[in-house]
Amino acid sequence: MAAGVSRAQGADPSTLTVGLILLVVLVFGISGAANAVDPRFGAHAWMLTIAAFAWLAGLLIWHEESEPGQRFDKTYYEEGVVKAGVIATTLWGIAGFLVGLIIALQLTFPNLFYFPDWGWTNFGRMRPLHTSAVIFAFGGNALIATSFYVVQRTCRTRLAGGMWPWFVFWGYQLFIVLAGTGYLMGISQSKEYAEPEWYADLWLTIVWVAYLAVFVATLLRRKEKHIYVANWFYLAFIVTIAMLHIVNNISLPASVFGAKSYSLFSGVQSALIQWWYGHNAVGFFLTAGFLAIMYYFIPKRVERPVWSYRLSIVHFWSLIFIYIWAGPHHLHYTALPQWAQTLGMTFSIMLWMPSWGGMINGLMTLSGAWDKLRTDPVVRMLVVSVAFYGMATFEGPAMSIREVNALSHYTDWGIGHVHSGALGWVGFVTFGALYCLTQWVWKRQKLYSNALVEWHFWIATLGIVLYITSMWVSGIMEGLMWRAYNEFGFLSYSFIETVSAKHISYIIRALGGGLYLIGALIMAYNLFRTARGDVPAEDRKNVPAAPANLQPAE
Amino acid sequence: MTDRLPEIDTHSGVETTGHEWDGIKELNNPLPRWWRFVFWASVVVAVIYWILMPAWPALPGMQGHTTGVLGQSDRADVAGEVSAARAARAALGAKLAAQDAASILKDPELSQLALGLGESAFGDNCATCHGAGGRGAKGYPQLSDDVWLWGGSLDAIEQTVKFGIRSGHAQAHVKDMPAFGRDDFLTAAQIDDLVQLVRQASHQTADATAAIRARPVYDANCASCHGDDMRGDRTQGAPNLTDEEWLYGGDAPSIRRTIFGPRGGVMPAWTDRLDPATVRALAIYVHSMGGGE
Repeated sequence: MAAGVSRAQGADPSTLTVGLILLVVLVFGISGAANAVDPRFGAHAWMLTIAAFAWLAGLLIWHEESEPGQRFDKTYYEEGVVKAGVIATTLWGIAGFLVGLIIALQLTFPNLFYFPDWGWTNFGRMRPLHTSAVIFAFGGNALIATSFYVVQRTCRTRLAGGMWPWFVFWGYQLFIVLAGTGYLMGISQSKEYAEPEWYADLWLTIVWVAYLAVFVATLLRRKEKHIYVANWFYLAFIVTIAMLHIVNNISLPASVFGAKSYSLFSGVQSALIQWWYGHNAVGFFLTAGFLAIMYYFIPKRVERPVWSYRLSIVHFWSLIFIYIWAGPHHLHYTALPQWAQTLGMTFSIMLWMPSWGGMINGLMTLSGAWDKLRTDPVVRMLVVSVAFYGMATFEGPAMSIREVNALSHYTDWGIGHVHSGALGWVGFVTFGALYCLTQWVWKRQKLYSNALVEWHFWIATLGIVLYITSMWVSGIMEGLMWRAYNEFGFLSYSFIETVSAKHISYIIRALGGGLYLIGALIMAYNLFRTARGDVPAEDRKNVPAAPANLQPAE
Repeated sequence: MTDRLPEIDTHSGVETTGHEWDGIKELNNPLPRWWRFVFWASVVVAVIYWILMPAWPALPGMQGHTTGVLGQSDRADVAGEVSAARAARAALGAKLAAQDAASILKDPELSQLALGLGESAFGDNCATCHGAGGRGAKGYPQLSDDVWLWGGSLDAIEQTVKFGIRSGHAQAHVKDMPAFGRDDFLTAAQIDDLVQLVRQASHQTADATAAIRARPVYDANCASCHGDDMRGDRTQGAPNLTDEEWLYGGDAPSIRRTIFGPRGGVMPAWTDRLDPATVRALAIYVHSMGGGE
């Protein structure tokens, strides 16, 4: 179209507002770069400046080149941002698994992977890089991408907010880069899973509020009478993460142009707030959010109804009511008052069945389609993820019992527990959703290769089994070694002896993590070929026509 | 909606809710009975636990929190266990502290006790620097051989453990080697010659003429501590230069670096941190590692 027409119509308000926010970021970045009180903050200020400048330039180019009538066309679903999310999830996943493998090797062979001249390779900096990359970059992108897809389909309407979904996507990537490069430079506020400093936290708050607004506005615009269960879970996840993130990160910067800040909380209050945050990051990010994925992708993929509407209501409300109390079980036998430990433990026990409600609904949805476990490896991946979810949500309440925790706490058992949930549940349900989404948003009749999905499934499953069994063994062993007394009442083992004793387990764990990474690489290759529209040689003879582009209001 | 008959899923015969989203319907199966049972059982367990144990912040007018009918308190339990352990230790400590190390070693029961305590305390306090089993590391002497800087008798070891080396304690071993290079006592050429002399004395390849040149320098500057025969002096903590044991390395650059300026290694005074019985047990344990005199 003629450029004059597009200028006459002007930019839509969402693009203008996003541009204004980027201008503010640009000004903050430039003044930060000029006045930085420490060089690491200066580096981040430069990064913000470059990101905001490139982003603004991209917006302008897009605005000049796109045709006004086709921007944010409400007769189509917004699938570009979902595609971007699928790509980001895959790439961040591989990066996160790779860093995980590196730090596993650092723990196994500390002499081989120790580079004193490169401080950023230190375990203390790489470890938060791994946890944030897999939880927030891999998991977070998976949640954003699937929620944007699911909310459109189940509300039969295009994503609300015009440019805002794209702001959420790119703003979230910027947060990830700020967080990750900050860890490597040594910027951390020392709160587990909330390490980024105040300016990155503020940025994430803006992005997250935009995410909530896009999601709620889309729900309000829905053309279905009722809100689908997956969307309850997404909404609970978005709202609760906003609350947790803001409260846990309340702090006062030492300087507007410096990285350091001081938390509002101190002492045991700080510990309790931190684990209220930390456990509910598990509960609402890694559980509620991924249950939403399960509630859409399993019934959709197996083409069967959700097993029980009643169960979904009861377990949704009981899960979100009870989960929020469970955090203190991370602080058993500490300075935290015992009554608070009691509440953390008992609510964790009561959480068992609400968690399993999701597992039952996920597994029973297959009734009438169990044969798909054999014929569709993607379905198998989704179902095994639910099985791991069930296992981890049984193990969790067991470990929250104070007497069990006395043995398990601070040991590798905790690491094993987290990874049976992370690799088995979060990872597999995400892989399943990625296989589905790639096929669906790129409009392919089928995946490039089901055989590669089989390979991915079995290699990754073997990796998980090696990982969690080795951590059970080493965790229980070290827990027993720590508490072993000799006949005279003295500790039998020094700390370093318990570390040496774990060496074999660590080798097996690193092997398991390596297998999991290989599986993800196979998946990435398969997704790439699928998105590109490649068809395996044996299928080429009979290529069916691609389905028509579905429209929301058909 | 209500006037319509419920839709029945053909496979399961269960009615659906009548809603559909993007092709997804919902069955209206009842909650599984076992699920409801286990859920309520877990609630009952929680309530019983609240009744028995400290649980809820108290209502106004009550003290702090509900204490539970068992009256159990972690802090009271820990305080009790710690004081019981202290009492047990006191008896043991009195026994160990009352006798000197040599007579402890003659009493089989007491020496077993001392070795057990020593091994445990060594792992938690000493192994960090001296290595598991006392094999040492650069800058941290090996304890399992018979080479001793400040003496390897039971009393000498206990003395070292108690007060440390350059620890700041008034009775610590403090003897610094002068910084011959940094403080310009010797020229670089003289230091190079001394390096050759030390290497020759310790049976390593060395430049013999340089070693001969160094001898007068050694006699004037080094012999007062390391001895005319270069075998060191334990009363001053001066290492024997003729053996093959090195605290900081026996290669030419390491020896040169040591002569240039002292290393000044520090060991803490453990008497500030451990009770006398534990210190004595540590001395006995270290003595037993292989090189005790």
